[in-house]
Amino acid sequence: MPRPVLDLRGVTKVFGAGDTAVHALAGVDLVVERGEYVAVMGASGSGKSTLMNIVGCLDVPTRGRYLLDGVDTRRLDEGRQALVRNRKIGFVFQSFNLIPRTSAQSNVELPLAYAGVKLAQRRERAAAALARVGLADRGHHLPSELSGGQQQRVAIARAIVTEPVLLLADEPTGALDSRSTAEVLDLFDDVSAGGRTILVITHEEEVAERAHRVIRFRDGRIVSDERRAPRGTHVAVGGAA
Amino acid sequence: MNVRESARFAVRGVTANPMRTALTTLGILIGVAAVIVLVAVGNGSSAAVTESLSRLGSNTLTVQASQGGTGGRAGGFGGFPGFGGGGPGGVSSGTQTRTAELTLDDAAAIADATLAPHVLRVAPRVSASSVTATYDGATHTVSSFLGTSPSYLTINDDSVQKGETLTAEDWTSRRRVALVGSSVAEDLVGGDGLDVVGKTVQFNGIAFTVVGVLTDKGSTGPQDEDDRVLAPLTAVQDTLTGYGSLSAISVQAKDADSVETAQAEIEDVLNSRHRVTSATADYSVQNPTSLLSAVTSTSQTFTVLLASVAAISLLVGGIGVMNIMLVTVTERTREIGIRKAIGARRGDIVGQFLLEAVLLSLFGGLMGVLVGLVGSRFEIVGVQPVVSASSVVLAFGVAVGTGLFFGLYPANRAASLRPIEALRYE
Ligand SMILES: Nc1ncnc2c1ncn2[C@@H]1O[C@H](COP(=O)(O)OP(=O)(O)OP(=O)(O)O)[C@@H](O)[C@H]1O
Ligand SMILES: [Mg+2]
Repeated sequence: MPRPVLDLRGVTKVFGAGDTAVHALAGVDLVVERGEYVAVMGASGSGKSTLMNIVGCLDVPTRGRYLLDGVDTRRLDEGRQALVRNRKIGFVFQSFNLIPRTSAQSNVELPLAYAGVKLAQRRERAAAALARVGLADRGHHLPSELSGGQQQRVAIARAIVTEPVLLLADEPTGALDSRSTAEVLDLFDDVSAGGRTILVITHEEEVAERAHRVIRFRDGRIVSDERRAPRGTHVAVGGAA
Repeated sequence: MNVRESARFAVRGVTANPMRTALTTLGILIGVAAVIVLVAVGNGSSAAVTESLSRLGSNTLTVQASQGGTGGRAGGFGGFPGFGGGGPGGVSSGTQTRTAELTLDDAAAIADATLAPHVLRVAPRVSASSVTATYDGATHTVSSFLGTSPSYLTINDDSVQKGETLTAEDWTSRRRVALVGSSVAEDLVGGDGLDVVGKTVQFNGIAFTVVGVLTDKGSTGPQDEDDRVLAPLTAVQDTLTGYGSLSAISVQAKDADSVETAQAEIEDVLNSRHRVTSATADYSVQNPTSLLSAVTSTSQTFTVLLASVAAISLLVGGIGVMNIMLVTVTERTREIGIRKAIGARRGDIVGQFLLEAVLLSLFGGLMGVLVGLVGSRFEIVGVQPVVSASSVVLAFGVAVGTGLFFGLYPANRAASLRPIEALRYE
């Protein structure tokens, strides 16, 4: 059996200390295999974003172990963490987070620039990624000249341009209308079909329906974890309820 | 990521806000230009003074009266930067103490070959103040009217471009004849002024016949060296100044090497004549080297002063860069978070913001050099600035270094932000 992409063991995250301490994650065990499409759901404040930030190496757990692609992230220094974010992970945020006053093309090229890819090749790959999200003709537009759905598609192009093993999305459709949502979800299906692992946080059933596996959070714990179509089976893997 | 890439981001950052960039670079621009121009002014004025001093000749000495008992140097040259040859002498000292006197007998004693064998020539001088020349309706205020002996022209390296020079006859016969500088001549008769030769000009109402026009000295610095009149000392004492003390005695030593010896001889002669010691001397002897070094050190102080004023403005410009960079980092915290999330390393962020700061100061520095060089072409407060290459290089280097130094802290602050905190920043 190949090693899992994500392997979290007893991960806790505590914000603050003493009386005001918030246990955003209270012991999370989670294994995600290569190629899985996972939706993470749960009430507001249940710790979904906190989990996502730890998984994406933007934040570190208070306790517990997190293996990304078999590597213990605690062993990574700052520079290696940056390298992991660059090579293995693609982020899509609810608020798009494109760099302002910078063209769509340049935004998509950015991760490649940090990866040290040569200019000509970078241009080509960024253009291909933009074409893949259906924005081949919008490369020179600034973020302020794009609609929300278009901005989110640029963000997705930026996330997939490095061909990361893991695509992380925190409420990617939260700011979009239903048509744009459908476009984004089609793109995710496409990425998933390409064999990439996807972890998407959402409040919308519509989004969760596309996933192979749905994890529900409450108060910093996984309360349910079920696999569903299109893998065919609805297997409850029993969280700590 | 390479430097070119960081540079591209930096250029984009700098051009995103043109107004702010312009104002920030203006601070550096002013600092650099100020350093260049002010140092050039300092250089220019010391060059002017050095030149006018060197024209005195390297083997001339000037004896001036000073107040009794004070000793040392007194009544010296008249302020910086306007030193010119033969200004009003030291006789105008206060009245409360014994006013020192230099007499024609003093001059004669110095000229005595047995008393002072290293002295070649001696020229006693009296100067008449506020003399107005009139001729045929034209008037001119003479800035220097000197009564002296013919040897003065030799000592001072003067000659006559038209007409006759002063002679020993003129002295002994107390003839009312005069040599005028070209500025005086031009004012009185117009044109090139040479027609003044042979004319009778009234100086404060006393008629003198102009026998020659002095060869131009040219003017360096604010003083017009050609605005002067020379006449026999005897005639000037008869008419304009009376028979009081001499203003000064110009002395020429045998050669440049015997200047020191000649000075010692003069001091011996005057000490015994005035019954004083070196400590209580009522006169002072200035030799060109001591004068030159005094003036040089004055002008160096002046230049350093100007340079430090300029350096402060450069520092202020640098603080402006730091201020703007801190604002930029704060404003773009979110952007920094995004960049980190997609794989920017610490070095990438430091490089980008540091380059932005350096770009600001580099641009400001280049513009400052340009403005400084152009500004130094104009005469400033009567001084023609002399740009020194080292000040240009230094100012530019310091400007860029300032960018580096003042950019380092904001850039590091940007780079050390945790990605999650930067992303969450509103
Ligand atoms: N930086 C922080 N400092 C203090 N508390 C924090 C911080 N980040 C998150 N929290 C707390 O941790 C808990 C979980 O937050 P988190 O953002 O993970 O929720 P979420 O599940 O993403 O909610 P939502 O669906 O509203 O986005 C919340 O109670 C929140 O207040
Ligand atoms: Mg959240």
